Amino acid sequence: LDLQFLFAMGMAAAECQFHVLAVDDSLVDRKLIERLLQKSSCQVTTVDSGYKALEFLGLRQGTESNDPTALSPSPQVRKSLLLSFEKEVNLIITDYCMPGMTGYDLLKKLKESPAFKNIPVVIMSSENVPARISRCLEEGAEEFFLKPVRLADLNKLKPHMMKTKLKNQKLEEIETPSDDENGTVAAVEPEIKDSVEMEIKMLPLQSETEPKRVLLQVVQQEEQMLSNNKRKSMEEGLSTDRPRPRLEGIATAV
Amino acid sequence: MDAHVAQLQMQYRNYILSLYQQGFLDDQFTELKSLQDDGTPDFVAEVLSLFFDDCVKLVGNMARALDQTGTVDFSQVGANVHQLKGSSSSVGAKRVKGLCINFKELCEAKNYEGCVRCLQQVDIEYKTLKAKLQDMFNLEKQIVQAGGIVPQVDIN
Repeated sequence: LDLQFLFAMGMAAAECQFHVLAVDDSLVDRKLIERLLQKSSCQVTTVDSGYKALEFLGLRQGTESNDPTALSPSPQVRKSLLLSFEKEVNLIITDYCMPGMTGYDLLKKLKESPAFKNIPVVIMSSENVPARISRCLEEGAEEFFLKPVRLADLNKLKPHMMKTKLKNQKLEEIETPSDDENGTVAAVEPEIKDSVEMEIKMLPLQSETEPKRVLLQVVQQEEQMLSNNKRKSMEEGLSTDRPRPRLEGIATAV
Repeated sequence: MDAHVAQLQMQYRNYILSLYQQGFLDDQFTELKSLQDDGTPDFVAEVLSLFFDDCVKLVGNMARALDQTGTVDFSQVGANVHQLKGSSSSVGAKRVKGLCINFKELCEAKNYEGCVRCLQQVDIEYKTLKAKLQDMFNLEKQIVQAGGIVPQVDIN
Protein backbone atom coordinates (compact mmCIF):
# COMPACT_ATOMS: atom_id res chain seq x y z
CA LEU A 1 0.00 0.00 0.00
CA ASP A 2 1.58 3.29 -0.90
CA LEU A 3 1.99 6.08 1.57
CA GLN A 4 -0.11 8.54 -0.35
CA PHE A 5 -3.08 6.26 -0.01
CA LEU A 6 -2.51 6.28 3.74
CA PHE A 7 -2.32 10.07 3.66
CA ALA A 8 -5.73 10.17 2.02
CA MET A 9 -7.17 7.59 4.39
CA GLY A 10 -5.86 9.56 7.34
CA MET A 11 -7.36 12.75 6.09
CA ALA A 12 -10.59 11.08 5.22
CA ALA A 13 -10.91 9.37 8.55
CA ALA A 14 -9.82 12.45 10.45
CA GLU A 15 -12.48 14.82 9.22
CA CYS A 16 -14.22 13.17 6.31
CA GLN A 17 -14.14 16.52 4.54
CA PHE A 18 -15.28 15.37 1.17
CA HIS A 19 -16.93 18.11 -0.79
CA VAL A 20 -19.73 17.01 -3.04
CA LEU A 21 -21.40 19.13 -5.66
CA ALA A 22 -25.02 18.00 -6.08
CA VAL A 23 -27.00 18.98 -9.15
CA ASP A 24 -30.78 18.60 -9.37
CA ASP A 25 -33.56 20.78 -10.71
CA SER A 26 -36.00 19.50 -8.07
CA LEU A 27 -35.96 21.41 -4.82
CA VAL A 28 -37.29 18.43 -2.87
CA ASP A 29 -34.54 16.22 -4.24
CA ARG A 30 -31.86 18.83 -3.58
CA LYS A 31 -32.95 19.00 0.02
CA LEU A 32 -32.90 15.25 0.27
CA ILE A 33 -29.51 14.69 -1.34
CA GLU A 34 -28.05 17.49 0.77
CA ARG A 35 -29.22 15.78 3.96
CA LEU A 36 -28.04 12.37 2.80
CA LEU A 37 -24.59 13.74 2.04
CA GLN A 38 -24.38 15.63 5.33
CA LYS A 39 -25.35 12.45 7.12
CA SER A 40 -22.43 10.83 5.32
CA SER A 41 -20.18 13.54 6.74
CA CYS A 42 -19.71 15.38 3.49
CA GLN A 43 -19.62 19.06 2.70
CA VAL A 44 -22.36 19.78 0.21
CA THR A 45 -22.97 22.45 -2.39
CA THR A 46 -26.24 22.17 -4.29
CA VAL A 47 -27.09 23.81 -7.59
CA ASP A 48 -30.20 23.54 -9.69
CA SER A 49 -28.70 23.11 -13.16
CA GLY A 50 -25.76 21.82 -15.13
CA TYR A 51 -24.94 25.39 -16.13
CA LYS A 52 -24.68 26.45 -12.51
CA ALA A 53 -22.54 23.40 -11.79
CA LEU A 54 -20.09 24.41 -14.50
CA GLU A 55 -20.08 27.98 -13.27
CA PHE A 56 -19.33 26.82 -9.76
CA LEU A 57 -16.42 24.77 -10.99
CA GLY A 58 -15.14 27.75 -12.93
CA LEU A 59 -15.59 26.11 -16.28
CA ARG A 60 -18.02 28.63 -17.56
CA GLN A 61 -16.66 32.13 -17.68
CA GLY A 62 -20.02 33.82 -17.47
CA THR A 63 -21.19 36.89 -19.34
CA GLU A 64 -17.87 38.76 -19.24
CA SER A 65 -16.07 36.27 -21.43
CA ASN A 66 -16.15 36.31 -25.21
CA ASP A 67 -17.00 32.65 -25.20
CA PRO A 68 -19.65 31.97 -22.59
CA THR A 69 -19.27 28.24 -22.94
CA ALA A 70 -15.50 28.17 -22.60
CA LEU A 71 -14.38 24.95 -21.04
CA SER A 72 -10.87 25.83 -19.95
CA PRO A 73 -10.58 27.91 -16.82
CA SER A 74 -8.20 30.86 -16.97
CA PRO A 75 -4.78 30.17 -15.42
CA GLN A 76 -5.74 32.32 -12.45
CA VAL A 77 -8.98 30.45 -11.84
CA ARG A 78 -7.25 27.16 -12.33
CA LYS A 79 -4.60 27.96 -9.76
CA SER A 80 -7.15 29.08 -7.21
CA LEU A 81 -9.21 25.98 -7.86
CA LEU A 82 -6.33 23.61 -7.40
CA LEU A 83 -4.90 25.22 -4.31
CA SER A 84 -8.02 26.41 -2.62
CA PHE A 85 -10.10 24.20 -0.39
CA GLU A 86 -13.18 26.23 -1.13
CA LYS A 87 -13.90 24.84 -4.55
CA GLU A 88 -12.15 21.52 -4.31
CA VAL A 89 -14.81 19.06 -5.34
CA ASN A 90 -14.34 15.39 -4.66
CA LEU A 91 -17.47 14.18 -6.36
CA ILE A 92 -20.30 15.45 -8.51
CA ILE A 93 -23.69 13.83 -8.19
CA THR A 94 -26.25 14.87 -10.73
CA ASP A 95 -29.81 14.12 -11.74
CA TYR A 96 -30.20 12.82 -15.27
CA CYS A 97 -33.44 14.51 -16.35
CA MET A 98 -32.98 18.23 -16.17
CA PRO A 99 -34.23 20.94 -18.52
CA GLY A 100 -31.63 22.51 -20.78
CA MET A 101 -28.52 20.57 -19.88
CA THR A 102 -29.18 16.99 -18.86
CA GLY A 103 -27.00 15.11 -16.39
CA TYR A 104 -25.55 13.26 -19.34
CA ASP A 105 -24.65 16.53 -21.09
CA LEU A 106 -22.97 17.71 -17.91
CA LEU A 107 -21.07 14.45 -17.61
CA LYS A 108 -19.79 14.79 -21.16
CA LYS A 109 -18.67 18.37 -20.62
CA LEU A 110 -16.82 17.41 -17.47
CA LYS A 111 -15.07 14.45 -19.08
CA GLU A 112 -14.01 16.68 -21.98
CA SER A 113 -12.43 19.14 -19.58
CA PRO A 114 -8.76 18.55 -18.75
CA ALA A 115 -9.20 20.22 -15.38
CA PHE A 116 -12.20 18.25 -14.22
CA LYS A 117 -12.31 14.95 -16.03
CA ASN A 118 -10.90 13.21 -12.99
CA ILE A 119 -13.65 14.26 -10.62
CA PRO A 120 -15.88 11.23 -10.18
CA VAL A 121 -19.41 11.77 -11.45
CA VAL A 122 -22.48 9.90 -10.30
CA ILE A 123 -25.79 10.02 -12.14
CA MET A 124 -29.19 9.71 -10.45
CA SER A 125 -32.43 8.96 -12.20
CA SER A 126 -35.99 8.15 -11.28
CA GLU A 127 -36.22 5.92 -14.34
CA ASN A 128 -34.64 2.53 -14.80
CA VAL A 129 -33.66 2.67 -18.45
CA PRO A 130 -30.82 0.21 -19.15
CA ALA A 131 -29.73 2.02 -22.32
CA ARG A 132 -29.49 5.26 -20.38
CA ILE A 133 -27.53 3.63 -17.58
CA SER A 134 -24.98 2.02 -19.88
CA ARG A 135 -24.59 5.21 -21.89
CA CYS A 136 -23.71 7.11 -18.73
CA LEU A 137 -21.32 4.49 -17.49
CA GLU A 138 -19.63 4.37 -20.88
CA GLU A 139 -19.23 8.12 -20.84
CA GLY A 140 -17.35 7.78 -17.57
CA ALA A 141 -19.88 7.97 -14.77
CA GLU A 142 -18.71 6.02 -11.73
CA GLU A 143 -22.12 4.95 -10.54
CA PHE A 144 -25.73 5.23 -11.51
CA PHE A 145 -28.26 5.49 -8.70
CA LEU A 146 -31.96 4.96 -9.03
CA LYS A 147 -34.02 7.48 -7.13
CA PRO A 148 -34.93 7.80 -4.41
CA VAL A 149 -31.30 7.63 -3.38
CA ARG A 150 -30.66 6.03 -0.01
CA LEU A 151 -27.94 6.41 2.58
CA ALA A 152 -26.67 2.95 1.71
CA ASP A 153 -26.08 4.07 -1.89
CA LEU A 154 -23.83 6.87 -0.74
CA ASN A 155 -21.57 4.47 1.12
CA LYS A 156 -20.42 3.25 -2.27
CA LEU A 157 -19.04 6.67 -3.02
CA LYS A 158 -16.29 7.00 -0.44
CA PRO A 159 -13.64 5.10 -2.46
CA HIS A 160 -14.33 7.29 -5.51
CA MET A 161 -13.99 10.49 -3.52
CA MET A 162 -10.76 9.36 -1.94
CA LYS A 163 -9.15 9.17 -5.37
CA THR A 164 -9.45 12.91 -5.88
CA LYS A 165 -8.42 13.64 -2.30
CA LEU A 166 -5.27 11.70 -2.98
CA LYS A 167 -4.58 13.57 -6.17
CA ASN A 168 -5.18 16.98 -4.63
CA GLN A 169 -3.00 16.12 -1.65
CA LYS A 170 -0.08 15.87 -4.06
CA LEU A 171 -0.77 19.39 -5.32
CA GLU A 172 -1.30 20.84 -1.85
CA GLU A 173 2.08 19.69 -0.64
CA ILE A 174 3.62 22.87 -1.98
CA GLU A 175 1.30 25.04 0.11
CA THR A 176 2.74 25.69 3.55
CA PRO A 177 0.27 25.58 6.42
CA SER A 178 -0.02 28.89 8.30
CA ASP A 179 -0.54 29.57 12.02
CA ASP A 180 -2.15 26.91 14.11
CA GLU A 181 -4.73 27.91 16.68
CA ASN A 182 -3.55 25.95 19.68
CA GLY A 183 -6.92 25.95 21.37
CA THR A 184 -8.74 24.36 18.50
CA VAL A 185 -5.98 21.89 17.77
CA ALA A 186 -5.90 20.59 21.32
CA ALA A 187 -9.63 20.17 21.38
CA VAL A 188 -9.79 18.24 18.15
CA GLU A 189 -6.72 16.07 18.51
CA PRO A 190 -7.93 13.12 20.60
CA GLU A 191 -10.88 12.59 18.28
CA ILE A 192 -8.70 12.48 15.19
CA LYS A 193 -6.18 10.10 16.74
CA ASP A 194 -8.81 7.52 17.52
CA SER A 195 -10.37 7.47 14.12
CA VAL A 196 -7.02 7.38 12.34
CA GLU A 197 -5.93 4.48 14.51
CA MET A 198 -9.08 2.68 13.54
CA GLU A 199 -8.23 3.18 9.91
CA ILE A 200 -4.77 1.75 10.44
CA LYS A 201 -6.19 -1.48 11.77
CA MET A 202 -8.45 -1.81 8.78
CA LEU A 203 -5.67 -1.45 6.23
CA PRO A 204 -3.62 -4.42 5.15
CA LEU A 205 -0.30 -2.81 6.09
CA GLN A 206 3.03 -3.95 4.77
CA SER A 207 5.91 -4.99 7.03
CA GLU A 208 7.30 -1.65 8.29
CA THR A 209 4.45 -0.11 10.21
CA GLU A 210 6.58 2.25 12.33
CA PRO A 211 7.56 4.81 9.68
CA LYS A 212 3.98 4.92 8.48
CA ARG A 213 2.64 5.71 11.93
CA VAL A 214 5.03 8.64 12.23
CA LEU A 215 3.91 9.84 8.84
CA LEU A 216 0.29 9.65 9.86
CA GLN A 217 0.93 11.79 12.94
CA VAL A 218 2.42 14.38 10.62
CA VAL A 219 -0.67 14.13 8.48
CA GLN A 220 -2.88 14.73 11.51
CA GLN A 221 -1.08 17.93 12.42
CA GLU A 222 -1.03 19.17 8.87
CA GLU A 223 -4.67 18.31 8.42
CA GLN A 224 -5.60 20.25 11.56
CA MET A 225 -3.69 23.29 10.33
CA LEU A 226 -5.17 23.06 6.87
CA SER A 227 -8.64 22.57 8.25
CA ASN A 228 -8.22 25.63 10.46
CA ASN A 229 -7.50 27.64 7.33
CA LYS A 230 -10.54 26.09 5.84
CA ARG A 231 -12.64 27.07 8.83
CA LYS A 232 -11.65 30.69 8.29
CA SER A 233 -12.55 30.67 4.65
CA MET A 234 -15.55 28.40 4.85
CA GLU A 235 -18.30 30.90 4.98
CA GLU A 236 -18.67 31.27 1.23
CA GLY A 237 -21.93 29.51 0.60
CA LEU A 238 -23.25 28.71 -2.80
CA SER A 239 -26.23 26.53 -1.97
CA THR A 240 -29.25 28.17 -3.43
CA ASP A 241 -31.62 26.70 -0.90
CA ARG A 242 -30.56 27.72 2.58
CA PRO A 243 -27.57 28.92 4.56
CA ARG A 244 -24.82 26.39 4.81
CA PRO A 245 -24.32 24.83 8.20
CA ARG A 246 -21.47 26.09 10.33
CA LEU A 247 -18.30 24.08 10.26
CA GLU A 248 -18.43 23.16 13.96
CA GLY A 249 -21.59 21.20 13.30
CA ILE A 250 -20.08 19.45 10.32
CA ALA A 251 -16.81 18.57 12.01
CA THR A 252 -18.52 16.76 14.84
CA ALA A 253 -21.28 15.15 12.79
CA VAL A 254 -20.79 11.54 11.93
CA MET B 1 -44.63 6.96 33.46
CA ASP B 2 -47.30 9.54 32.76
CA ALA B 3 -50.48 7.83 31.58
CA HIS B 4 -51.43 10.75 29.39
CA VAL B 5 -48.10 10.67 27.56
CA ALA B 6 -48.35 6.91 27.14
CA GLN B 7 -51.79 7.24 25.67
CA LEU B 8 -50.68 9.93 23.24
CA GLN B 9 -47.72 7.82 22.21
CA MET B 10 -49.95 4.85 21.52
CA GLN B 11 -52.31 7.03 19.55
CA TYR B 12 -49.36 8.30 17.54
CA ARG B 13 -48.05 4.82 16.88
CA ASN B 14 -51.41 3.59 15.69
CA TYR B 15 -51.86 6.63 13.51
CA ILE B 16 -48.53 6.21 11.78
CA LEU B 17 -49.17 2.50 11.24
CA SER B 18 -52.55 3.25 9.71
CA LEU B 19 -50.99 5.72 7.28
CA TYR B 20 -48.69 3.00 6.03
CA GLN B 21 -51.39 0.34 6.02
CA GLN B 22 -53.77 2.51 4.05
CA GLY B 23 -51.05 3.16 1.50
CA PHE B 24 -50.55 6.85 2.13
CA LEU B 25 -46.89 6.35 2.93
CA ASP B 26 -44.19 3.91 1.91
CA ASP B 27 -40.69 3.02 3.10
CA GLN B 28 -39.19 6.14 1.59
CA PHE B 29 -41.01 8.07 4.30
CA THR B 30 -39.33 5.81 6.83
CA GLU B 31 -36.01 6.70 5.23
CA LEU B 32 -36.83 10.41 5.57
CA LYS B 33 -37.53 9.99 9.25
CA SER B 34 -34.27 8.15 9.73
CA LEU B 35 -32.38 11.11 8.27
CA GLN B 36 -33.79 13.41 10.92
CA ASP B 37 -31.88 13.70 14.16
CA ASP B 38 -31.48 16.00 17.14
CA GLY B 39 -29.36 18.33 15.04
CA THR B 40 -31.99 18.52 12.30
CA PRO B 41 -35.32 18.14 14.12
CA ASP B 42 -37.33 19.85 11.38
CA PHE B 43 -35.95 18.00 8.40
CA VAL B 44 -39.04 15.92 7.64
CA ALA B 45 -41.37 18.88 8.08
CA GLU B 46 -39.20 20.99 5.79
CA VAL B 47 -39.02 18.42 3.02
CA LEU B 48 -42.75 17.81 3.18
CA SER B 49 -43.39 21.52 3.04
CA LEU B 50 -41.35 21.74 -0.14
CA PHE B 51 -43.21 18.77 -1.53
CA PHE B 52 -46.61 20.32 -0.94
CA ASP B 53 -45.42 23.59 -2.48
CA ASP B 54 -44.42 21.52 -5.49
CA CYS B 55 -47.88 19.94 -5.60
CA VAL B 56 -49.59 23.32 -5.67
CA LYS B 57 -47.30 24.58 -8.41
CA LEU B 58 -47.41 21.48 -10.60
CA VAL B 59 -51.14 20.89 -10.26
CA GLY B 60 -51.63 24.52 -11.23
CA ASN B 61 -49.41 24.09 -14.29
CA MET B 62 -51.27 20.98 -15.34
CA ALA B 63 -54.68 22.57 -14.85
CA ARG B 64 -53.61 25.46 -17.07
CA ALA B 65 -52.18 23.13 -19.69
CA LEU B 66 -55.39 21.11 -19.77
CA ASP B 67 -57.53 24.21 -19.88
CA GLN B 68 -56.44 25.13 -23.39
CA THR B 69 -59.46 25.47 -25.65
CA GLY B 70 -57.94 24.06 -28.77
CA THR B 71 -54.89 21.80 -28.69
CA VAL B 72 -53.73 20.58 -25.34
CA ASP B 73 -49.98 20.18 -25.06
CA PHE B 74 -49.87 16.71 -23.52
CA SER B 75 -46.10 16.69 -23.39
CA GLN B 76 -46.27 19.76 -21.21
CA VAL B 77 -48.75 18.03 -18.92
CA GLY B 78 -46.53 14.94 -18.96
CA ALA B 79 -43.45 16.94 -18.00
CA ASN B 80 -45.25 18.24 -14.92
CA VAL B 81 -46.51 14.76 -14.04
CA HIS B 82 -42.95 13.50 -14.31
CA GLN B 83 -41.79 16.10 -11.81
CA LEU B 84 -44.62 15.34 -9.42
CA LYS B 85 -43.94 11.65 -9.68
CA GLY B 86 -40.34 12.34 -8.80
CA SER B 87 -40.96 14.40 -5.73
CA SER B 88 -43.77 12.19 -4.43
CA SER B 89 -41.43 9.24 -4.79
CA SER B 90 -38.72 11.10 -2.89
CA VAL B 91 -40.91 11.76 0.14
CA GLY B 92 -42.72 8.45 0.24
CA ALA B 93 -46.12 9.80 -0.80
CA LYS B 94 -47.24 6.44 -2.12
CA ARG B 95 -50.75 7.21 -3.32
CA VAL B 96 -49.76 10.43 -5.07
CA LYS B 97 -46.94 8.60 -6.79
CA GLY B 98 -49.29 5.82 -7.89
CA LEU B 99 -51.69 8.34 -9.41
CA CYS B 100 -48.81 9.97 -11.26
CA ILE B 101 -47.90 6.67 -12.87
CA ASN B 102 -51.45 6.35 -14.24
CA PHE B 103 -51.45 9.99 -15.19
CA LYS B 104 -48.31 9.56 -17.24
CA GLU B 105 -49.92 6.82 -19.30
CA LEU B 106 -53.00 8.95 -19.86
CA CYS B 107 -50.81 11.78 -21.13
CA GLU B 108 -49.00 9.48 -23.49
CA ALA B 109 -52.35 8.23 -24.78
CA LYS B 110 -53.48 11.86 -25.09
CA ASN B 111 -56.61 10.91 -23.20
CA TYR B 112 -58.09 14.28 -22.36
CA GLU B 113 -60.96 13.20 -20.12
CA GLY B 114 -58.73 10.70 -18.38
CA CYS B 115 -56.16 13.39 -17.68
CA VAL B 116 -58.72 15.80 -16.30
CA ARG B 117 -60.13 13.12 -14.00
CA CYS B 118 -56.69 12.05 -12.89
CA LEU B 119 -55.69 15.60 -12.14
CA GLN B 120 -58.72 15.98 -9.91
CA GLN B 121 -57.73 12.82 -8.08
CA VAL B 122 -54.17 14.05 -7.64
CA ASP B 123 -55.48 17.29 -6.25
CA ILE B 124 -57.67 15.51 -3.70
CA GLU B 125 -54.95 13.02 -2.83
CA TYR B 126 -52.18 15.44 -2.03
CA LYS B 127 -54.53 17.59 0.04
CA THR B 128 -55.71 14.54 1.95
CA LEU B 129 -52.12 13.52 2.64
CA LYS B 130 -51.28 17.02 3.75
CA ALA B 131 -54.11 16.97 6.29
CA LYS B 132 -53.11 13.52 7.56
CA LEU B 133 -49.51 14.57 8.03
CA GLN B 134 -50.58 17.73 9.75
CA ASP B 135 -52.46 15.57 12.24
CA MET B 136 -49.33 13.50 12.69
CA PHE B 137 -47.22 16.57 13.42
CA ASN B 138 -49.86 17.84 15.85
CA LEU B 139 -49.73 14.55 17.73
CA GLU B 140 -45.95 14.86 17.92
CA LYS B 141 -46.30 18.34 19.33
CA GLN B 142 -48.81 17.16 21.92
CA ILE B 143 -46.50 14.38 23.05
CA VAL B 144 -43.58 16.76 23.46
CA GLN B 145 -45.72 19.33 25.25
CA ALA B 146 -46.89 16.62 27.63
CA GLY B 147 -43.25 15.95 28.44
CA GLY B 148 -42.85 12.79 26.40
CA ILE B 149 -40.64 11.67 23.53
CA VAL B 150 -42.01 10.99 20.07
CA PRO B 151 -41.66 7.23 19.62
CA GLN B 152 -39.83 5.64 16.71
CA VAL B 153 -42.46 3.57 14.98
CA ASP B 154 -41.30 0.25 13.61
CA ILE B 155 -43.31 -0.39 10.48
CA ASN B 156 -42.34 -4.06 10.24
